[in-house]
Parts: sequence; C-alpha cells; structure tokens
Amino acid sequence: MINSFAFFGALETGFIYGLVALGVFISFRILDFPDLTVDGSFPLGAAVAATMTVAGFHPLTATLCACLAGAGAGLVTAWLNVQLKILHLLASILTMIALYSINLRIMDGPNKALLGVETLLSPLDNLSVPYYIAYPIAFGILVALVVLLLVWFMKTEIGLAMRATGSNPRMASANGINTKLMILLGMAISNALVALAGALFAQSQGSADVTMGVGVIVIGLASVIGGEAVMPKRTLFLWILACIVGAILYRLVIAVALNGELLGLKAQDLNLITAILVTLAIVAPQWKSFLKRAKA
Amino acid sequence: MMKKYLHASFAAILTSSICSFAHAAPAEKHVAITQIVEHPALDAVRNGVKDVLAENEWKEGENLKWNYQSAQGNTATAAQIAKKFAGDQPDAIVAIATPSAQAVAASARASNIIFSAVTDPVAAKLVKAWDQPGKNITGVSDLTPIDKHMALVKEILPEAKTLGVIYNPGEANSVSLVNLVKSEAPKLGLKVVEAAAPKSADVQTATRSLMGKVDAIYLPTDNTVISAMEGVVKIAEQADIPLFAGDTDSVKRGAIAALGFNYYEVGRQTGQMLVKILNGTAPSALPVEGIDKTELFVNPGAAERMGITLDEALIAKAKEVIQ
Repeated sequence: MINSFAFFGALETGFIYGLVALGVFISFRILDFPDLTVDGSFPLGAAVAATMTVAGFHPLTATLCACLAGAGAGLVTAWLNVQLKILHLLASILTMIALYSINLRIMDGPNKALLGVETLLSPLDNLSVPYYIAYPIAFGILVALVVLLLVWFMKTEIGLAMRATGSNPRMASANGINTKLMILLGMAISNALVALAGALFAQSQGSADVTMGVGVIVIGLASVIGGEAVMPKRTLFLWILACIVGAILYRLVIAVALNGELLGLKAQDLNLITAILVTLAIVAPQWKSFLKRAKA
Repeated sequence: MMKKYLHASFAAILTSSICSFAHAAPAEKHVAITQIVEHPALDAVRNGVKDVLAENEWKEGENLKWNYQSAQGNTATAAQIAKKFAGDQPDAIVAIATPSAQAVAASARASNIIFSAVTDPVAAKLVKAWDQPGKNITGVSDLTPIDKHMALVKEILPEAKTLGVIYNPGEANSVSLVNLVKSEAPKLGLKVVEAAAPKSADVQTATRSLMGKVDAIYLPTDNTVISAMEGVVKIAEQADIPLFAGDTDSVKRGAIAALGFNYYEVGRQTGQMLVKILNGTAPSALPVEGIDKTELFVNPGAAERMGITLDEALIAKAKEVIQ
C-alpha cells in the first residue's frame, strides 16, 4: 500500500511528533491548560539547535539548549497566566506570536540549513542498516525512554501534585500544593519536550524553517485524542503510550493519503481529514456510552 | 509482490515499445513534484515544467507518470512527501521552493533531484557551489539577475563611471542584493556609491547625498526605498540622473528601465534541465542556473525627463513600453 521509505518515514515523523503529543498531553490532559505556545516552541527548538550546530557547537549541546529554550517559552506562558492573570489561551497565543519574531532573530532569516552539517543523526548514516530505517529506530528508543521517564515522574510526589493541580486546583491548594509552581513546572516540561521534537525534526529534515510551527498544536491534539480513541486508558502508562500510538497513526494516515490513487485522497485533503478524524475521535466515546445506555 | 512488479514492468516495456512503433514517443518516465504550498508564482513554475515536458513528447497519462504533491504549508507533510518519493524511486524529483527542496535532499539520497525557485541554493546547503552542484541535485535559482541589470545600465549609458545605490541596510534581502551589485558593477567599469535610507523619510536625503557623485542610480528591490520612490524620481529628474530599478513595477512609477522575470519562464527553464536529466545526464554534470529569460520594461518619457534618449532598437526589444 505504501512503500517502505514512506512507512519508515511515517514512523520516524510519528516518533518525533510523539514527543509533541507528550508535551500536549501534559498541558491539556494533566494541567488542563490549553496551550498554543507549542506552535512557537517547536520551531524555537529547531532554530536554536540548527543555529548552534551551524555555529560549531556540539549537536548534543545544541539540542539540550533547544530544550532549555522551549522550557523558557513554557515558563513565559505560565507566568503570564499565573502571575499576570491573563487567560491561559490568550497567554499562550501571546507567547506564540512573540516566538515568531524571536525565531527569525535567532536564525537571522527564515531558514537555517543543516544539510551536510554534522548532527546528532550523522553517526547513523554509516551503519549497516540503511539510514531510513536507522533513524526511526533511534527515535523510537529515545521516545521509549521519555515515556518511561514521564510515567515515573507522574508517580513521584511532584508528579502527583501536578496531576492534582490539573484535576482540582482548589482541592490541591487546600492540601498545601503550590498550584502556581506546578503550572510553571508542567508548562516548562511540556514545551521542553516540544522544543526537543523541533530540534530533532530539524536535524532529520535538514533545515529549520520559521514556518514549521504551523499547525503543530492541531497535530499534537489529534495525536492525543486519536490515541485515546484506539487505546485503553486504564493505567497511566497506557494513557501516555496512547499519545505515541496516536502520533504514529496520524502519520500513517498521511502516508496513505499521499498515495492519492488509492482512496481518491490527495495531500491537499489532509487538513480536512484531520479535522474529521479529531471530531470523530472526540464524539466516538459519547456515542459509545449513549449506545450502552440505550441497550440497558 | 515480486510477480506483480514483474507484470507491471513487463506491461510498461510492452506499452513503451508499442508506443515507439506508433509515433516514436520517448520511453515512459516517472516525475515526482513536491511543492511547499499553493501559491500563484510556485504554481506557474510547476506549469512551466509540465509544458516543457509536453513539448518534449512526455505527456501525462500516456508516457509520463506525473505525481504532484503539495505540503499545504506544513513542513512535516513536506518531509513525508519527500520520503514517499524516495521510496517510489521516480526518474526525477522536482522540488519547488527551499523547504521542499531541503526535505527531498535530506531524504531521497539516491534520486535525481531538480530544485526550482530557490533563491540561494548555497546558503540552503542544497549544493556546494553554483558551478559544481556536487551529488544528485541541481536546479534553477530565482535570485535577481544583478549581472544582467548592470549590463542594462551599461548598455543604455556606455559612458557611465559611477553608480549610486539607495537601500535600507536593515533589510537583509537588500543587503545581499547590494553586495551582488558591488561584486558585479566593477566588472563593467562601474564604481558603486552607496546611500543608506533606514526609513522612508530618509529616502530623499539619501538621494540628494548622491548628487554630483554618480552618473546613474540603481534601486534594488528594497521595500523602504520603493515605498518612497516618487521622491527619488523627482530629484533624479531635476538633476538629470538616469534612474534604473530592479523591478518592473518601478518603471511604471518613473524609472527609465528594468529587467524583470516571470515564474512561468523559471519553470520552463527547470523543465529544460529536467528533460536533460530524463535523457540520461547526471545532475552533478549540470551547473545551477540563474534566471535566463528576462523581460525588459522601458519608460522613454522618464528617460527624456532625466536627460537621455532611449535607443529605438532598445525600445523595440522591450516587452512593455510605458508611455
């Protein structure tokens, strides 16, 4: 149905956007904070990583700095919200548009090329496994580590406090949890993950571009909701894993849609398909419970 | 699976041989084309490519598999399109605009790649150098052909020794254009005098600073200066200094001449390169091309007001003559 390049490519992009989905999961699901900052922190991560790598820093240093920059962006949005009392959605939009200018400044232009530059992925080019299979494996291992780390973190005292902040802020602060601090911390982690995804994407893609943030939030949200629709959420681990599954599914759907002759679909239809899929995924659970009640 | 492929390739061989008996059409080719976004200029490039293929007997549905995908402005989709093309292994991949070209260059390392409408392929790290593209990639750049602009100045004013340029040093695009002017003009014996106009309000002052120092003025496509261009025209007319521009719209507003280009022609140029590659030339053997076909716009009335008369032969060459 799709060729092996397209399949492994979908896996690779899926794993990278899985990190975005994890970031969106933290803001939307854990903190209940609709955060559009990611449309800016994704290219921010890419811009920082690309610019520093081209300037001669070690790609690992560059990637870590990209995460820190993303965390900073998340902190700004959270601070606008908890300290200046700006509505969360608006606060994140403000950070997002500010980041557009900042990204242009960082890259000193709209595009920073990484083709032929030594990146984190360069060591993978000379393995016995072809690069288009080696990349998704490497990203898969990284994402697995991040998932395990996140599951562990959510079960620590701070993680539990963060989850309490999201589900019932009043109760949480009554129990002595500093909810403001939790929002600041959660947003920083969320956007650091998104910036990491941006940094990795730039390195696999060969460039950072100021426009690469367009629609990142929708893709992240579609992954989270799509994953929930196909996976059980019985345990925290499964719920977090669902984000990654959702991200990969989303990419596979696109890979199939690119084979237009197959279903009469075209790449041009993607945005429409995304909107329909997300809507279906949101309403499907409601229908399920409605049908159950009708039967009973 | 293998069997299916065999059948398919057998059928392809059969059809192509039948076709070659019928009207000597070239063998079937598969061209994949990726474009970052739908945009009139980029669509014109694509149409130019396709028209040249058709003129060379490659027609969609007959002996041409034409696979066009647009990323709709989404970089992640552009990456997936590039990977799909890498796996499809077409005879050539055409990538329109920088982000799509970079995605294809990163993924399709074994395919023939031709980029188009990429302004600076060296800065985009697509090629090492214009004349030595390197590996499996070459293409056409839409960089303003400053060398041709300078040649036009010299053609109209053979005696000119000094050329003034007015620009905003804060516009990155203008800075790179002025750097090109500074490297091209001396080749034709023109000394460049710069005048900086950081704001629209500074444009008149900058123009006056050139008076008595230059034989002609050239305006690059600088947003600040072009927005206040009437001020430059007024002073140039009073001082009898011929004014040239980098874009054809400015000729309508009072510059005496400019060379423009259109994206359909950029696409045709890309198509001609593609035909060479489909016929077996390696991309590494084809240097990156700049804008080849330009369109001359002239304004004889403005020339009179700036103290010169345009040659009849030159006016006859013009695509458009503004009265």
